[in-house]
Amino acid sequence: MAVKVVIPTPLRQFTAKQESVDLEAKTVGEALNSLTSRYADLRKHLYSEDGRLRSFVNVYVNDEDIRFLQKEKTALTQGDTISIVPSIAGGAGR
Amino acid sequence: MLKLGHSLIEKIHAHGERDYPNECCGALLGREEGADRIVTGLMPFANQRGDSPKNRFSIAPLDVQMAEDEAKKKGCNLIGWYHSHPDAPARPSEFDREHAWPWYSYVIFQVEKGEAREMRSWRLNEDRTRYAEEGIEYIASA
Ligand SMILES: [Zn+2]
Repeated sequence: MAVKVVIPTPLRQFTAKQESVDLEAKTVGEALNSLTSRYADLRKHLYSEDGRLRSFVNVYVNDEDIRFLQKEKTALTQGDTISIVPSIAGGAGR
Repeated sequence: MLKLGHSLIEKIHAHGERDYPNECCGALLGREEGADRIVTGLMPFANQRGDSPKNRFSIAPLDVQMAEDEAKKKGCNLIGWYHSHPDAPARPSEFDREHAWPWYSYVIFQVEKGEAREMRSWRLNEDRTRYAEEGIEYIASA
Protein backbone atom coordinates (compact mmCIF):
# COMPACT_ATOMS: atom_id res chain seq x y z
CA MET A 1 0.00 0.00 0.00
CA ALA A 2 1.26 3.45 -0.80
CA VAL A 3 1.04 5.47 2.42
CA LYS A 4 2.34 8.75 3.74
CA VAL A 5 4.17 9.27 7.04
CA VAL A 6 4.02 12.78 8.51
CA ILE A 7 7.25 13.69 10.33
CA PRO A 8 7.13 16.07 13.32
CA THR A 9 9.33 19.19 13.21
CA PRO A 10 12.01 17.96 15.66
CA LEU A 11 12.70 14.91 13.50
CA ARG A 12 12.81 16.59 10.10
CA GLN A 13 16.54 17.14 10.40
CA PHE A 14 16.83 13.35 9.92
CA THR A 15 14.55 13.16 6.86
CA ALA A 16 16.33 15.71 4.69
CA LYS A 17 13.85 18.35 5.94
CA GLN A 18 10.86 16.55 4.45
CA GLU A 19 7.56 17.09 6.23
CA SER A 20 6.29 13.74 5.03
CA VAL A 21 7.68 10.60 3.48
CA ASP A 22 5.84 8.38 0.98
CA LEU A 23 6.44 4.67 1.22
CA GLU A 24 4.95 1.21 0.72
CA ALA A 25 3.77 -0.81 3.72
CA LYS A 26 1.05 -3.23 4.80
CA THR A 27 1.16 -2.40 8.53
CA VAL A 28 2.18 0.51 10.74
CA GLY A 29 5.16 -1.52 11.97
CA GLU A 30 6.30 -2.10 8.39
CA ALA A 31 5.92 1.57 7.57
CA LEU A 32 8.01 2.66 10.57
CA ASN A 33 10.58 0.01 9.76
CA SER A 34 10.86 1.16 6.21
CA LEU A 35 11.09 4.78 7.38
CA THR A 36 13.86 4.05 9.89
CA SER A 37 15.84 1.95 7.46
CA ARG A 38 15.73 4.78 4.97
CA TYR A 39 16.62 7.34 7.67
CA ALA A 40 18.61 5.35 10.23
CA ASP A 41 19.22 8.27 12.61
CA LEU A 42 15.49 8.44 13.32
CA ARG A 43 15.48 5.05 14.96
CA LYS A 44 16.85 5.93 18.40
CA HIS A 45 14.42 8.81 18.76
CA LEU A 46 11.39 6.63 18.00
CA TYR A 47 12.39 3.37 19.67
CA SER A 48 14.00 2.61 23.02
CA GLU A 49 16.89 0.12 23.29
CA ASP A 50 14.47 -2.77 23.81
CA GLY A 51 12.92 -2.03 20.41
CA ARG A 52 9.64 -0.61 21.66
CA LEU A 53 8.16 2.69 20.59
CA ARG A 54 9.06 5.32 23.17
CA SER A 55 6.25 6.39 25.51
CA PHE A 56 6.27 9.98 24.23
CA VAL A 57 6.05 8.94 20.57
CA ASN A 58 2.43 8.88 19.45
CA VAL A 59 1.45 7.30 16.16
CA TYR A 60 -1.86 7.93 14.44
CA VAL A 61 -3.41 6.36 11.36
CA ASN A 62 -5.74 8.95 9.87
CA ASP A 63 -6.13 10.61 13.31
CA GLU A 64 -6.73 7.34 15.18
CA ASP A 65 -4.16 6.53 17.90
CA ILE A 66 -2.65 3.09 17.09
CA ARG A 67 -2.79 2.23 20.83
CA PHE A 68 -6.57 1.97 20.30
CA LEU A 69 -6.17 0.00 17.06
CA GLN A 70 -3.81 -2.97 16.71
CA LYS A 71 -0.71 -0.95 17.64
CA GLU A 72 2.15 -1.67 15.26
CA LYS A 73 0.20 -4.54 13.72
CA THR A 74 -2.49 -2.09 12.55
CA ALA A 75 -3.21 -2.81 8.89
CA LEU A 76 -2.93 -0.02 6.35
CA THR A 77 -4.97 0.72 3.28
CA GLN A 78 -3.96 2.57 0.18
CA GLY A 79 -3.59 6.31 0.78
CA ASP A 80 -3.51 6.15 4.60
CA THR A 81 -1.72 8.92 6.45
CA ILE A 82 0.41 7.93 9.42
CA SER A 83 1.29 10.81 11.73
CA ILE A 84 4.04 10.78 14.33
CA VAL A 85 3.07 13.31 17.01
CA PRO A 86 5.21 14.15 20.04
CA SER A 87 4.01 14.36 23.58
CA ILE A 88 6.25 16.40 25.86
CA ALA A 89 7.28 15.18 29.28
CA GLY A 90 9.87 15.86 31.90
CA GLY A 91 10.40 16.92 35.46
CA ALA A 92 12.94 17.65 38.13
CA GLY A 93 14.90 14.91 39.86
CA ARG A 94 15.64 11.23 39.23
CA MET B 1 21.43 31.66 21.11
CA LEU B 2 17.85 31.70 22.24
CA LYS B 3 16.66 35.29 22.20
CA LEU B 4 13.96 36.05 24.75
CA GLY B 5 12.22 39.36 25.39
CA HIS B 6 11.69 40.69 28.91
CA SER B 7 7.90 40.63 28.74
CA LEU B 8 7.93 36.95 27.76
CA ILE B 9 10.37 36.11 30.56
CA GLU B 10 8.05 37.85 32.99
CA LYS B 11 5.14 35.77 31.72
CA ILE B 12 7.12 32.53 32.08
CA HIS B 13 8.23 33.53 35.60
CA ALA B 14 4.66 34.41 36.58
CA HIS B 15 3.40 31.05 35.29
CA GLY B 16 5.99 29.18 37.38
CA GLU B 17 5.23 31.21 40.50
CA ARG B 18 1.47 30.82 40.08
CA ASP B 19 1.72 27.03 39.73
CA TYR B 20 4.32 26.56 42.48
CA PRO B 21 4.85 24.08 44.16
CA ASN B 22 3.78 22.26 40.99
CA GLU B 23 5.73 22.28 37.76
CA CYS B 24 4.38 24.52 35.02
CA CYS B 25 4.86 24.01 31.30
CA GLY B 26 4.22 25.69 27.99
CA ALA B 27 5.23 26.07 24.37
CA LEU B 28 7.71 28.51 22.84
CA LEU B 29 6.73 29.91 19.45
CA GLY B 30 9.23 31.77 17.35
CA ARG B 31 11.50 31.77 14.37
CA GLU B 32 14.99 30.72 13.42
CA GLU B 33 17.45 33.30 12.22
CA GLY B 34 20.72 31.68 11.23
CA ALA B 35 21.95 29.87 14.31
CA ASP B 36 19.70 31.93 16.59
CA ARG B 37 16.15 31.36 17.68
CA ILE B 38 13.90 34.26 18.54
CA VAL B 39 10.95 33.57 20.81
CA THR B 40 7.95 35.62 19.72
CA GLY B 41 5.13 34.04 21.70
CA LEU B 42 4.14 31.57 24.40
CA MET B 43 1.37 29.06 24.90
CA PRO B 44 0.96 28.06 28.53
CA PHE B 45 -0.44 24.58 29.13
CA ALA B 46 -1.97 22.89 32.15
CA ASN B 47 0.33 20.23 33.58
CA GLN B 48 -1.34 16.86 32.80
CA ARG B 49 0.56 14.96 35.49
CA GLY B 50 -2.08 15.14 38.21
CA ASP B 51 -0.46 12.12 39.90
CA SER B 52 2.91 13.82 40.48
CA PRO B 53 2.71 17.51 39.52
CA LYS B 54 5.49 18.66 41.86
CA ASN B 55 8.25 16.90 39.95
CA ARG B 56 6.71 15.88 36.64
CA PHE B 57 4.93 17.54 33.75
CA SER B 58 3.43 16.34 30.53
CA ILE B 59 1.78 17.89 27.51
CA ALA B 60 -0.57 15.70 25.49
CA PRO B 61 -0.09 15.12 21.76
CA LEU B 62 -3.31 17.00 20.95
CA ASP B 63 -1.92 20.05 22.75
CA VAL B 64 1.37 19.71 20.87
CA GLN B 65 -0.64 19.60 17.65
CA MET B 66 -2.58 22.67 18.78
CA ALA B 67 0.67 24.54 19.41
CA GLU B 68 1.93 23.51 15.96
CA ASP B 69 -1.28 24.78 14.37
CA GLU B 70 -1.14 28.05 16.31
CA ALA B 71 2.47 28.59 15.22
CA LYS B 72 1.55 27.93 11.60
CA LYS B 73 -1.35 30.39 11.86
CA LYS B 74 1.03 33.05 13.19
CA GLY B 75 3.60 32.32 10.50
CA CYS B 76 6.21 31.05 12.96
CA ASN B 77 7.39 27.72 14.34
CA LEU B 78 6.95 25.68 17.46
CA ILE B 79 10.60 25.92 18.52
CA GLY B 80 10.53 24.49 22.00
CA TRP B 81 9.10 24.19 25.48
CA TYR B 82 9.51 25.72 28.90
CA HIS B 83 8.98 24.14 32.30
CA SER B 84 9.76 24.97 35.90
CA HIS B 85 11.77 23.03 38.46
CA PRO B 86 10.21 23.85 41.83
CA ASP B 87 13.02 23.99 44.40
CA ALA B 88 15.44 22.31 42.00
CA PRO B 89 18.20 23.64 39.73
CA ALA B 90 17.55 24.88 36.18
CA ARG B 91 19.25 21.99 34.47
CA PRO B 92 17.72 18.92 32.83
CA SER B 93 17.16 15.89 35.01
CA GLU B 94 17.82 12.35 33.83
CA PHE B 95 14.05 12.03 33.41
CA ASP B 96 14.05 15.14 31.21
CA ARG B 97 16.77 13.66 29.02
CA GLU B 98 15.05 10.30 28.64
CA HIS B 99 11.87 12.02 27.45
CA ALA B 100 13.38 14.75 25.29
CA TRP B 101 13.10 15.31 21.58
CA PRO B 102 16.04 16.57 19.56
CA TRP B 103 15.96 20.02 17.93
CA TYR B 104 13.51 21.65 20.39
CA SER B 105 14.82 24.28 22.81
CA TYR B 106 14.03 23.24 26.38
CA VAL B 107 13.89 26.26 28.67
CA ILE B 108 14.09 25.24 32.33
CA PHE B 109 13.85 27.64 35.25
CA GLN B 110 14.12 27.22 38.97
CA VAL B 111 11.31 28.38 41.25
CA GLU B 112 12.76 28.56 44.75
CA LYS B 113 10.20 28.80 47.58
CA GLY B 114 7.69 30.26 45.14
CA GLU B 115 10.07 32.75 43.54
CA ALA B 116 11.36 32.40 39.96
CA ARG B 117 15.16 32.27 39.77
CA GLU B 118 17.70 31.15 37.22
CA MET B 119 16.55 30.32 33.67
CA ARG B 120 18.61 28.25 31.21
CA SER B 121 17.98 26.68 27.83
CA TRP B 122 19.07 23.24 26.63
CA ARG B 123 19.04 21.09 23.52
CA LEU B 124 19.34 17.33 23.36
CA ASN B 125 22.25 16.14 21.24
CA GLU B 126 21.57 13.83 18.31
CA ASP B 127 22.66 10.60 20.00
CA ARG B 128 20.41 11.33 23.02
CA THR B 129 23.28 10.94 25.50
CA ARG B 130 23.37 14.47 26.84
CA TYR B 131 22.08 18.02 26.61
CA ALA B 132 24.07 20.98 25.34
CA GLU B 133 23.36 24.33 26.89
CA GLU B 134 22.07 26.96 24.52
CA GLY B 135 22.76 30.49 25.68
CA ILE B 136 19.86 32.80 26.41
CA GLU B 137 20.17 36.33 25.16
CA TYR B 138 17.83 38.80 26.78
CA ILE B 139 16.37 41.26 24.34
CA ALA B 140 14.09 44.25 24.75
CA SER B 141 11.27 42.67 22.76
CA ALA B 142 10.72 40.42 19.76
ZN1 LIG C 1 12.78 19.21 34.00
